[in-house]
Amino acid sequence: MPIEILMPALSPTMEEGTLSKWVKNEGDTVKSGDVIAEIETDKATMEVEAVDEGVIGKILVAAGTEGVKVNTAIAVLLQDGESADAVAAPKAAAAEKPAEAPAPAAAAPAAAAAPVPAQPKGEVAADPDIPAGTEMVMTTVREALRDAMAEEMRRDADVFVMGEEVAEYQGAYKITQGLLQEFGDRRVVDTPITEHGFAGLGVGAAMTGLKPIVEFMTFNFAMQAIDHIINSAAKTLYMSGGQMGAPIVFRGPNGAAARVAAQHSQCYAAWYSHVPGLKVVMPYTAADAKGLLKAAIRDPNPVIFLENEILYGQSFEVPKMDDFVLPIGKARIHKKGNDVTVVSFGIGMTYALKALAELEKDGIDVELIDLRTIRPMDLPTIIESVKKTGRLVVVEEGFPQSSVGTEIATRVMQQAFDYLDAPILTVAGKDVPMPYAANLEKLALPNVGEVVQAVKTVCYK
Amino acid sequence: MAPRKTASTSSRKIAAKPAKKDFNGGTIADFSKEDDLKAYREMLFIRRFEEKAGQLYGMGFIGGFCHLYIGQEAVVVGMQLALKEGDQVITGYRDHGHMLACGMSARGVMAELTGRRSGLSKGKGGSMHMFSKEKHFYGGHGIVGGQVSLGTGLAFSNRYRGNDNVSLTYFGDGAANQGQVYESFNMAALWKLPVIYIIENNRYAMGTSVSRASAQTNFSERGTSFGIPGYQVDGMDVRAVKAAADEAVEHCRSGKGPIILEMLTYRYRGHSMSDPAKYRSKDEVQKMRSEHDPIEQVRARLLEKGWASEDDLKQIDKDIRDIVADSADFAQADPEPDASELYTDILL
Repeated sequence: MPIEILMPALSPTMEEGTLSKWVKNEGDTVKSGDVIAEIETDKATMEVEAVDEGVIGKILVAAGTEGVKVNTAIAVLLQDGESADAVAAPKAAAAEKPAEAPAPAAAAPAAAAAPVPAQPKGEVAADPDIPAGTEMVMTTVREALRDAMAEEMRRDADVFVMGEEVAEYQGAYKITQGLLQEFGDRRVVDTPITEHGFAGLGVGAAMTGLKPIVEFMTFNFAMQAIDHIINSAAKTLYMSGGQMGAPIVFRGPNGAAARVAAQHSQCYAAWYSHVPGLKVVMPYTAADAKGLLKAAIRDPNPVIFLENEILYGQSFEVPKMDDFVLPIGKARIHKKGNDVTVVSFGIGMTYALKALAELEKDGIDVELIDLRTIRPMDLPTIIESVKKTGRLVVVEEGFPQSSVGTEIATRVMQQAFDYLDAPILTVAGKDVPMPYAANLEKLALPNVGEVVQAVKTVCYK
Repeated sequence: MAPRKTASTSSRKIAAKPAKKDFNGGTIADFSKEDDLKAYREMLFIRRFEEKAGQLYGMGFIGGFCHLYIGQEAVVVGMQLALKEGDQVITGYRDHGHMLACGMSARGVMAELTGRRSGLSKGKGGSMHMFSKEKHFYGGHGIVGGQVSLGTGLAFSNRYRGNDNVSLTYFGDGAANQGQVYESFNMAALWKLPVIYIIENNRYAMGTSVSRASAQTNFSERGTSFGIPGYQVDGMDVRAVKAAADEAVEHCRSGKGPIILEMLTYRYRGHSMSDPAKYRSKDEVQKMRSEHDPIEQVRARLLEKGWASEDDLKQIDKDIRDIVADSADFAQADPEPDASELYTDILL
C-alpha cells in the first residue's frame, strides 16, 4: 500500500500552514530522516522529515500552496514494486488516523501557531477612541503587539524588552519578530530561563526609571516570578510613600492554549486583579492589543498584560494611525443590545461572540461588553448596561471560584441590585486542573452552549 | 507549548582568578586621621541611633519588626567610603544603618520607624521599607533575597545607560541560600553587570547558625561556578572593609562584572526586637564585643595615635547623641499620617 504523507501539525495550536517548498521531487528515493519539504507557519519555516522509506510517487499539494490543513495528504510514498499509476486522485480530506504524519525536523519551537481565521464578528459598535473615517488594516494580534512595542521603543530610548527567546529566536511565539534587528541586543535582551531572577532584575531596572517590557514565555512560568511582580513591583510605590515606583510591563500568553495540560493552561486574570498597585489588561482584538500595549508601556505603573496564544494568529481591523493609544481601564461596548448584558474579555470574547450569533436567531438582543482591562475595572460601563437590560452574564476561561465573573457579580449586586431582573450568572472554566485528553479538555473549558444557556436562563427563556 | 529546552551545554570559561588578596587579617586601607574620625563618627552614629530605636521599640513607639544593625556598623560605613555619586545601594530588612550611611536624615528614618507622616515613606513603609531617589538608596526589602535580583537590575540599568556607576547589593548569610541569588549571579556574570554582592555573614539566619543551614559556609566562593570572584573580609575592621570595597569598586567600574565580598561580621542583638537569641551563648556575644567591636577598634587607634583625646571623643559622642535625641523627639511628636494617605501612592 502506498503511504500518504500528511501535513504535520507543528505546534499545539497549528491548524494549517503553507507548503513553501518541496526538497524532494517525484521519483526521488527517500529514507527516514530525509528532509522532504519545508512548511511555513506564520511564525517559522520548519523542515519536514520523512518517517518511512520509499519513492515519492506523487506530490499532491504543490509548493507554494497556502492554507494547507493539518493532516491533509501532501504526497504519496511508494513501497517496493508499487507504481505511481496506482495512486488515486488526491484526497482533499485528512486521513482519519494521522499515524503516518511525518515528524517535524529538529525540536519544534516552543510553539508555532498558524493563523486561525477570525471569529465571526457581531455588529461591532463604533469605537469612540478611533476617529470616524480612519483607514483600517487587517492585522493579526501578533503583529499588533509587535508594532506596539516597536513604536514605543522608537519613541522612548528607555524602553527595552527582555525575556526568554525574545531576541535571536525572534520570540517563542514570534511576538518580538524583527525587534532585535531594529533595536540591537542592548534593547532586546535574551535572558536565561530564570523567571524569578529576570523579573526581579527588570523591576530593579524600572526602579531607576527604565521602562522594561518583560516577556514571559507564558504566564504559567510567571508563578516563579510572582513574588517580584507583587512584592517588588506592585508595592514599592506605596511603601516608598510615592518616591519610587516600577514603570514595567509584564506580558505574555495567558490561559489555555491547546492540549498542553494543567501546568501550561491557566488564566491569571483573577490572580493579578486581586493586587492593589497593579494594572491588569487582557485584550481580545488586535486593535485593543496594540492600543493598550502602547498605553501599558507608557504607564508609570506596573502593568500585567495578558495575551492568548490562540488569539495571536487571528486578524482584526487595526486603525492606521500614527500613534494609536487606548485608555487603560475602559471597557468597550462591542455590540449594543437591549435584552441582556454579556461581559467578557480576552479569549472569552470568542465564546460570547459565537453565542451572540446564535441568540440573535432566537430573538435575544445581547449587549456585549469587552472589559479589556481587568484592573482598574470599568464597573460604570457594566452598571450602565445592566440598568438598561436588567440581566447579566459574565464569560471567562479562568477557574470559577474567586473569578473575575464572581467579582463583577458581587459588585453589580451591591451597586445595581434594584435594576436586576434575574440572578447574575457566570460562565467559566470548570473547577478542575486542565486535563490533556482532547475530550476532557473540551469539557473543562467553557463552551458556546453554556453561554447560550446562561443567557436564556437569565432571560427566563 | 513544548517543554523548555535544556540549557546549552557549551561551557563558559571560568574567569581567571585575580591574584588573591587577603582582606581578612591581611590588606587594610591606609586610614588618615580624617578617615578614622569619619569612620568613627559614622559608625557611632548608627550605633546610637539603633540603641535609641531599640529603646523606642521597648516603649511601644515603634511597632512590628525592628532589626537592629548594632555590631555590623563597619560593613556599611567602610563600603560607603569607596563610593562616588550615583552608585546605588540596596539591602534587606536590616536597613537602618545603610540608610544613615547613605545620608538619609535621622529624623526621616526615625519618624518612619514610629509610623509618622514625616517618615521617609510617609509612615507607610516602616522599618523595612524606606527609599531615597536622591541618595540612590533603593530599599529596604522584606522578602529575604528579593533585593539581590533587584540590585542586579540596578546594575543592569547602569550598563544600559552606559555610566560607570556600581550597584551595592547587600544580603545576609541566610538570603545567600535563596534560589534567585544564583539566578542573579548567572545573569550578572553573563552580562558583566557592575554589581558588588555584599554578603553580611553575621553567623545566624534568624536563629539558625551558618553551619546548620549552609553546605558551603565560605560565602565568598558562592559565585565560583559563575566565575564571580569573591573575598572574605574582616567585617569588624572598617579599614579592611574599605580596602576590599576599593578593590571591588575598581573591578566593577572597569567592566569586569560582578564581585562578591563576604563580610565576616556579627550582630550583637537578636534577629529582631522579639528575638531572645537563645541559640548562642552570652560568652560568644561578649567575646565579639570586647575583642572585635568595630567602633572600639577605631576609638583605640585614635587615642593611641594621638589623633583624638578622650575629650574630643566625648564631644563627638555628645554631638551624635544630640542628633539622635532630636530625631527621637521629632519622631514621637510628629503626627501620624492623615487618614487620606491610606489611598494615595497606590498608582501614579
